[in-house]
Amino acid sequence: MTSIRLIVDGRQVADEVEPRTLLVQYLREQLGKTGTVIGCDTSNCGACTVHLNGRSVKSCNVLAVQADGGEVTTIQGLAPAGELHPVQEAFREWHGLQCGYCTPGMIMQAVDLLNENPSPSEEAVRAGLEGNLCRCTGYHNIVAAVRHASELMANRQPVGSGADA
Amino acid sequence: MIPAAFDYVAPTTLDEALASLSAHRDDVKILAGGQSLLPVLRMRLNEPGLLIDLGRIESLRGIRDDGDALVIGAMTTHHDVSASALVQEHALLISEAMTHLADPQVRHRGTFGGALSHADPAGDLCAPALALGATFVIASAGGSRTVDAGSFFTGLFETAIGEDEILAEVRIPKHTDWGARYEKFVQIAYQWSIVGVAATVQVEGGLFAAARVGLTNMGIVPLRAEATESSLVGQPATAETIAAAAALAADGTNPPSDLNGDADYRRHLARVLTGRALRAASGVA
Repeated sequence: MTSIRLIVDGRQVADEVEPRTLLVQYLREQLGKTGTVIGCDTSNCGACTVHLNGRSVKSCNVLAVQADGGEVTTIQGLAPAGELHPVQEAFREWHGLQCGYCTPGMIMQAVDLLNENPSPSEEAVRAGLEGNLCRCTGYHNIVAAVRHASELMANRQPVGSGADA
Repeated sequence: MIPAAFDYVAPTTLDEALASLSAHRDDVKILAGGQSLLPVLRMRLNEPGLLIDLGRIESLRGIRDDGDALVIGAMTTHHDVSASALVQEHALLISEAMTHLADPQVRHRGTFGGALSHADPAGDLCAPALALGATFVIASAGGSRTVDAGSFFTGLFETAIGEDEILAEVRIPKHTDWGARYEKFVQIAYQWSIVGVAATVQVEGGLFAAARVGLTNMGIVPLRAEATESSLVGQPATAETIAAAAALAADGTNPPSDLNGDADYRRHLARVLTGRALRAASGVA
């Protein structure tokens, strides 16, 4: 067993894990963060996307021990309890989901994309979501939701801030 | 899918990592970004007793200007390489290839040295590294040695890196003001190259002064399209010159046949993609 300490959704946690424990397993099974889901389990689909030290990663393809000392944000830590992040709001408003399984990963990747490029073109949104698969093929509204989120965020933040809401 | 159990160390210096490696050389895997290795472990295609994680070794990260070459630390992420103004200016072919490599999440974790050490014949960095004449600085407990790109890729997923060695950095000779394009052919999003072509050219006074063309997935190792390169040099940068040169792109290759296409189809793709890549790299319509 290996000791790890990290910050998950703003809370300091410390645990003993087997080195082979995947970050997604640790989040779901030890911390109960079941908002982060396992889709393909082969690092293709992106449903398990979380942020590690501010950047999106596929948490089925990172070991928990690699995240030691780092900071993880899951879909459950994106907005304060009872509130929605603008990207969550935009997905609801634009119906950016059908079955909803890919949604946690889509939203986490969309937030990363908007952090890097606050007003992406449709093409840039599609390229930025390349690593996230929607098994319902509901991409049209997902792309529309991300572009709407970009407008929501531009209206709420001073121009050029571009940081996490 | 969960990997088989392994021991894990995360040294903070290259010397410590090399010491661990020489103590356990028979039963160890080096973990860089893990974007190829972790799927392999999870499918239990490999069950090492020890994983040595290079992720805490800061000296292996970063890109620096070293006169006539850029030096890219082996643990520099794809994302950091693709965001680098130095790489954009002096090794545009690498920046071009990065836009086709995997997806954003994988580029945040995956590393330049890790992908090259993995030496996947369908990986998108090996042909550009070969085309640019990269040299590989490989460290061992006894010191370090350099290996040219032409000798680095030795077989299917095999490189010149020895059992007790670790790739430390990659030197890319500057190709400032060279045009470049990476053309990747896939049928679905997020797929390995069926064929990829990495072309970089220097055009002076309307003539091709120099040209380098690397091929992805046209053999078990990345290849140079040498007949194409030599037919360009000294010729006018025109669509006719490029068409004649691209027709030679599959000469001397030995592409695989699989569900994505047979060898003849891949040879066809190599010729078509070489034409497209050379036209884009040289700005010829």
